[in-house]
Order: sequence, then structure tokens, then C-alpha cells
Amino acid sequence: MATSLSHQVADGLVRGALHGFDTPDRLAALPGDAPLRDTLALDSLDFLTFVERLSAAVDLRIEESDYSRLTTIASCVEFLTTA
Amino acid sequence: MPEFRMPSLGADMTEGTLLEWRVHEGDAVHKGDVVAEVDTTKAAIEVECFEDGVIGELLVPEGTTVPVGTPLATIEPPGAEPARRAAATPASVSPASASTVPVAPESPTAPAVPVAPHDQDGRESAFRATPLIHRIAAEAGIDLASVHGSAPGGRIVRADLDRAILERRGGNRAVVRASGYARRLADTAGVELADIVGSGPEGAVRAADVRAAVSGTEAAAPATDPAPVSNRPSSAAISAPEPGQHAAPQHDPAEVRKLIAAAMTRSKRTIPHYYLSSTIDMMAARNWLAEHNRQVPVTDRILPAALLLAAVARAVRTVPELNGHWIDDEFHPASHVHLGVVVSMRSGGIIVPTIPDADRLALPELMTALRGVAERARAVRLRSSDATPATITVTNLGDLGVDSVFGVIAAPQVAIVGFGAVTERPCAVDGLLGVRPQLTATLSADHRATDGAIGARFLHAVDTLLQTPEEL
Repeated sequence: MATSLSHQVADGLVRGALHGFDTPDRLAALPGDAPLRDTLALDSLDFLTFVERLSAAVDLRIEESDYSRLTTIASCVEFLTTA
Repeated sequence: MPEFRMPSLGADMTEGTLLEWRVHEGDAVHKGDVVAEVDTTKAAIEVECFEDGVIGELLVPEGTTVPVGTPLATIEPPGAEPARRAAATPASVSPASASTVPVAPESPTAPAVPVAPHDQDGRESAFRATPLIHRIAAEAGIDLASVHGSAPGGRIVRADLDRAILERRGGNRAVVRASGYARRLADTAGVELADIVGSGPEGAVRAADVRAAVSGTEAAAPATDPAPVSNRPSSAAISAPEPGQHAAPQHDPAEVRKLIAAAMTRSKRTIPHYYLSSTIDMMAARNWLAEHNRQVPVTDRILPAALLLAAVARAVRTVPELNGHWIDDEFHPASHVHLGVVVSMRSGGIIVPTIPDADRLALPELMTALRGVAERARAVRLRSSDATPATITVTNLGDLGVDSVFGVIAAPQVAIVGFGAVTERPCAVDGLLGVRPQLTATLSADHRATDGAIGARFLHAVDTLLQTPEEL
């Protein structure tokens, strides 16, 4: 990643990478601390799709060992802004 | 002559509706091309071309509901002239190759002179049209001599006939090119075709355009349920397209539930199930996957679910007694391994698409196939290859955290394999207590076709294969 992201931009990227897993309205209203897999009923295929989109959006390779840091929108934002 | 047939999404599905043709008679098509879209109670299905060739005759008009297995269209070898119609069929000719016949200019305001083919020898057959078009024209009381054919060679197609019928009614509606199904949808939704921008050939309005227009107007006016159209399943209601997605018909959850209920009830009433389970150590598989995924691009990552499918597909080759169908009181072994994969829908219910020839796919291909069927199933827009009759089915509820799942066999198959979650479990390792990643694999099998010993051999084969994941 060329430059560090602001929290606001990172939040938008994370919510954007979740598109299709719920309605746009509900995704926009999703609390930052809601557990993504449970709240959106993501299976492993969905989560891989989410990771792919996120990787592409920030041009950063996300390892499987990083998955434990991608549990909520807030933790994803934290991961992206400190990567 | 090979034919496209109305596909089925399971033994309890009896009929489907032809929504839209994507090809015309005489079109050259290639393997994998989508030739038509059909709708069933559970999902829309894009009918794919199974070989290169030339579309012969379209046998079913848009908007028509026909039983599963009904021929929809014929396909001829590449370079073939479309087949000469039987002499017994009145007023039919063999259309000349489109490339050699000038296309009649579009002239909707005045009847055009039909283009006569070179081998013309009867006045009746001057009107190039399929028997279907002749029949519809006869039913509508339209003289084909007065109809302008817009297809290559001046052939009269359904849209031309629709236009003629409209003109004869003396309506002041502008002449609009549209598919028959699009017209019915527009009629049902109370939308003027003339107000819709068509995305089809030469600006023809297609069903998707109507749905898009309807969803656009819904923002301004409260939507009303379209009146049901006779001869169509209630599932084919108009729905707004997902952003970035082709509009798909909505499928009534209650109707889908009924289908699932019927299939499960029939299975439990008719199949004497026996159940086996086995704990499989996943250390080797987990380590191999982690290493593989570290080395490949994110987009090429492989999930444990694909590894499990690969193990089942290869194991069943060594225990073929579980791969096939129980029909008329005897087992019919299958020559291929077509894996049914249970996909949970976000809105509830399940769809079971098929990965054909799963035993011949390398692991990356199997992963791609799994993602494809899951995405298409959840978008309720499958391909006809997804509706290939499965020979054995797999259900994987590991992502939902269950330890084990004992599935209900999809008749007439004779087995369903279930996988639970991979979890860290205490176990004996070299005489000591250890903790290792393990999962519970199960088999529900038809006791008429096999006995427990066969099932046990199968689960053992799955376990053995998963200990050498690099060979899958």
C-alpha cells in the first residue's frame, strides 16, 4: 500500500467489500463491533470473496494468518490502517 | 439430431418456463454459449450449448411452460445447413444460408414482399417460417403473406407475428420489437413497451429491460403485485435486479419449501437409510493447504471444502457401489462422478447444484467449480450444467460450527456424505493425550443398494485420501 489509509476511507472499503452479503442499507448501518461471520452468516466461500475484494481494494496481500484480525468492521479498519 | 431439453433441478421438479431465447434459428453457436434462459420453481437456469453447431429449430416459444425433458431446440453440426423440414409439414422450406440471402429492409409500416428462396417451387412456401410460427399465425388468423419477415432471408419470426397482431388490432401503439415474454411481462406490469429502451438485437425489448423499467418505476409509484399470468408458475414474478446483476425472477419461498418438503418426505418414506460416522485427522490437510495458500495469489486460494469434495469424488471411484441410482428395484452404477453440493440460500432453503465429472478435476479446478455453483445458486441463476443429475451428494455444515451432519439421501441417489467443522480435539497421539485438528465425516446410505461394510470402506477411503492432500 502506497500511503496509509484514513479510518473513514478504510471503513468505506470494508463495507464496500461486503456488498451483496446484505442490503446496502443494512451494511451501512452495521455496527463496527458486530462479528461479521455471524451477523452476515458468511461461510468460508463468502469470507474468501470478502478477503479477495479487500486485498484488491488496498493492493495488499492478506494472509490466512491475518484472518483472526478481520472479525469485525472495526478490527478490519484497524488492520488496514496499521498494515 | 441433438436437442436442448428443459433441465430439471431435482427429481421433484416437473416443469419449467422458457423465459427468453438468446439465439435465433441458423445462428452458429459454440460450446458453453448460453442459448436460452428458463425459469423453474427454485431458480432461473441458463441453458448452455453442449457442443459447437448451428441452431436448427426453436421448438418452444418464449413464455411457455413445458414439462422437464421437453426438447426446446435442435442443434446441428457446425457448417450444416439448417435441416430441411419434412415435406408433410405445410408451407415450410429450407432456409438458405443467412450469409447468401440479403436481409429484407426493416419496413414496419408497409407489408414487405417476402424474399423467395432459390429453390422455391410453391407459392405457399414463399413465407419462410417454422411450423410453430405457422401454427400461431393460423390461431391468430394472420395471413403470413402480409407479414414482413425481419430475420435473415426474410424469415418470419415471433416478433414479426406479434407486430402483425398488434397492427391488426388497429391499436395506436407504436411498433416495438420485443420478445414474446417481454410483451407479456410489460402487459402484466402495465408498462408501455414503447417507453422502454431495448437492449436486444436491433433495439428489441427483452424481458430484462422490462424488469429494469419496472424496478425504475417502482421508486416513483408504490409497486402493485402483477396479476398472475396463466400457464406460468407463480414464481416468475418481476423482481428488481440486484445492483450489477442481471434481473432474475423471484422464487416464492413457500413454493421452494414445498419442493424441499416433498423431496425429503419421499426420501424418508422410500429409502431405508443406514448411518456411519468416522473421525478424520486433518493435520496433514490443514498444513498442506496453509502452505499452498501462502504460495498462490489470494484469488487462487483453496478452501478445506474443496479438498473434502475432491476426497469424496476420488473415494467413490474406489467404492463405486455408492455412486449411482436406485431405479426399479435395482442399483444402476454411474459411469461418471457428478457431485451434488448442498448450498444454503441466504433467504432460507437449499439448492443442490452439481459439479459434473468432479473426479477428473484438479484441485484448483474443483475449487473454481465449487465457487461457481455456490455463487450461481445463491443468485438463483444456474447454468444447465449445474442441473446435471448428480450421482452422489455432499453436505458440508462445517462453516456453521456443527460437529457432524447426517444427510437425507436425494432419491434416486443411494448416498449422501456429510462433513462437520474442523476443530481442535483432544485425542490419543503416540500413546499420549494430544490435541489435533479433526472433523467428523458421515455417510447416509441406502440399505437396499449397499450394506454397512461398503459404507465403512468408503469413509476409510476418504480418510486415507485426506492424509495425502498433495495427491488430490
